[in-house]
Amino acid sequence: MAVITVRGLTRTFTLKSGPVHAVRGLDLTVADGEILGFLGPNGAGKTTTLRMLTTLLPPSGGEAEVAGHDLLADPAGVRRRIGYVAQSGGLDPACPVREELVTQGRLHRLSPADARERAAELAADLGLTEFLDRPTGALSGGWRRRVEIALGLVNRPAVLFLDEPTTGLDPGGRAELWDLVRRVRADHGTTVFLTTHYLDEAETLSDRIVVVDAGAVAAEGTPADLKARYGGPTLQDAFLAITGRAPVAV
Amino acid sequence: MPTLLTDTGVVFGRCLRSTLRSKTSLLFGMLQPLLFLGLFGPLLTRLDLGSSGSSWQLFVPGVLVQLALLGGSYVGLGLLMERHTGVIDRMRATPVHPAALLLGRTLRDVVQLVVQSVLLVLLGVVLGLRAPVAGVLLGLALVAVLAAALSALSYGLAMQVRTTPEFAALANTAVMPLMLLSGLLLPMTLAPGWLDGASRVVPFRYTVDAVRQVFLGHYATGTVAVGAAVTVALAALCLWASTRLFRS
Ligand SMILES: Nc1ncnc2c1ncn2[C@@H]1O[C@H](COP(=O)(O)OP(=O)(O)O)[C@@H](O)[C@H]1O
Ligand SMILES: [Mg+2]
Repeated sequence: MAVITVRGLTRTFTLKSGPVHAVRGLDLTVADGEILGFLGPNGAGKTTTLRMLTTLLPPSGGEAEVAGHDLLADPAGVRRRIGYVAQSGGLDPACPVREELVTQGRLHRLSPADARERAAELAADLGLTEFLDRPTGALSGGWRRRVEIALGLVNRPAVLFLDEPTTGLDPGGRAELWDLVRRVRADHGTTVFLTTHYLDEAETLSDRIVVVDAGAVAAEGTPADLKARYGGPTLQDAFLAITGRAPVAV
Repeated sequence: MPTLLTDTGVVFGRCLRSTLRSKTSLLFGMLQPLLFLGLFGPLLTRLDLGSSGSSWQLFVPGVLVQLALLGGSYVGLGLLMERHTGVIDRMRATPVHPAALLLGRTLRDVVQLVVQSVLLVLLGVVLGLRAPVAGVLLGLALVAVLAAALSALSYGLAMQVRTTPEFAALANTAVMPLMLLSGLLLPMTLAPGWLDGASRVVPFRYTVDAVRQVFLGHYATGTVAVGAAVTVALAALCLWASTRLFRS
């Protein structure tokens, strides 16, 4: 069963210097419960795609269904069923963790009591309990990411969208975040759609990889598929073969 | 409708707590109007401003509108910061009513402005202002509606521009001429004809004139009716236009 179906999704930005074709005719499907790695170099159109699929940016063309709701006809339905963690994170550095979590619950229309209960439950689940009363700006990068992911999980989403979730984290922080993503999927069956420009991240974390380049799908398959199809023992070789360029260094 | 109200309340609560956390902001925003009141107001007490009542009844309304104008115009800077940190997108990706993201913020600004205005009026009383209580309350209500209009306008601008310098340039360019043209500091009845004419296209002028009237105890006048109508219409227009920018 597909939880995301995308057909011909397109987004063109109009700048004074001319049109920018950020996403051009993207087709893809994501299976229920899958961890999808949306891999591509900087500027490939990953963030633009994510912003469209999360209803934040109107597409210039194409259509999509996300978590059982049509993106264009029923964006409110999509918003109820997704979690979205932007690359910039979306935390107010002065706001305590608990307040961010409770407010997010209220924005998802939980009652005040349910929102507080959900905040405590998520904090316990993600190991955030001792930080609940600290301002998010006082936490380290890795813990802030955890808070951001907790915010994305408040409504028990069918799909969690993560935009470059480990950019800026140290190696230990990245490994912990990978574990967390795997656990979210294992415990709740949540589909995870994550963008990354790190080959190792796509390889270790995703069930399937969609390589995106210049706004279109360049290749897709399991990490093993891609290696077999495009030659070479590492995904790095496959990526080079597909896009003709090395990815950003890991 | 009930969800819009609840959502607005949630956003308002978040914004208000954020304001209360930055304890300096309440007073800091008041500094300039306070200085005008304390250091400029006394200069006017012996001048003939061509009006009945004391100079304070003319001047305090001007300072109140100035507070709304200076405070309201720059609230967009905070929103711009929340756009850059991703807070706005995070919230827009939830089922929250998009209009609540604007209304909750605007309501916080109005509450903040009313608190500051009450403090200003009290200082005015200390300095010599005497005005009917009903008139002061009515005046504060008009200033509150004006503040809603200006906040909404500022937020709308902040949703449109890309960078902080761009926002600051636009806001700075707009605020100073608008402030001078609205006759905030001295009534436009003192102005030469061309300046008086130019000021008639600035909506705040009508708000200032109306607040001055009610501070003098004149309620059922054409000036008050026009001032109220212009202010309410401006607020409705700004809120409507800016709400659209919070949708995708
Ligand atoms: N709001 C925007 N206005 C104009 N161009 C944009 C905007 N957002 C993204 N782009 C352009 O679209 C292309 C894809 O950007 P993006 O989706 O952010 O790529 P990625 O996330 O893969 O690095 C880039 O060329 C970028 O400059
Ligand atoms: Mg990106």
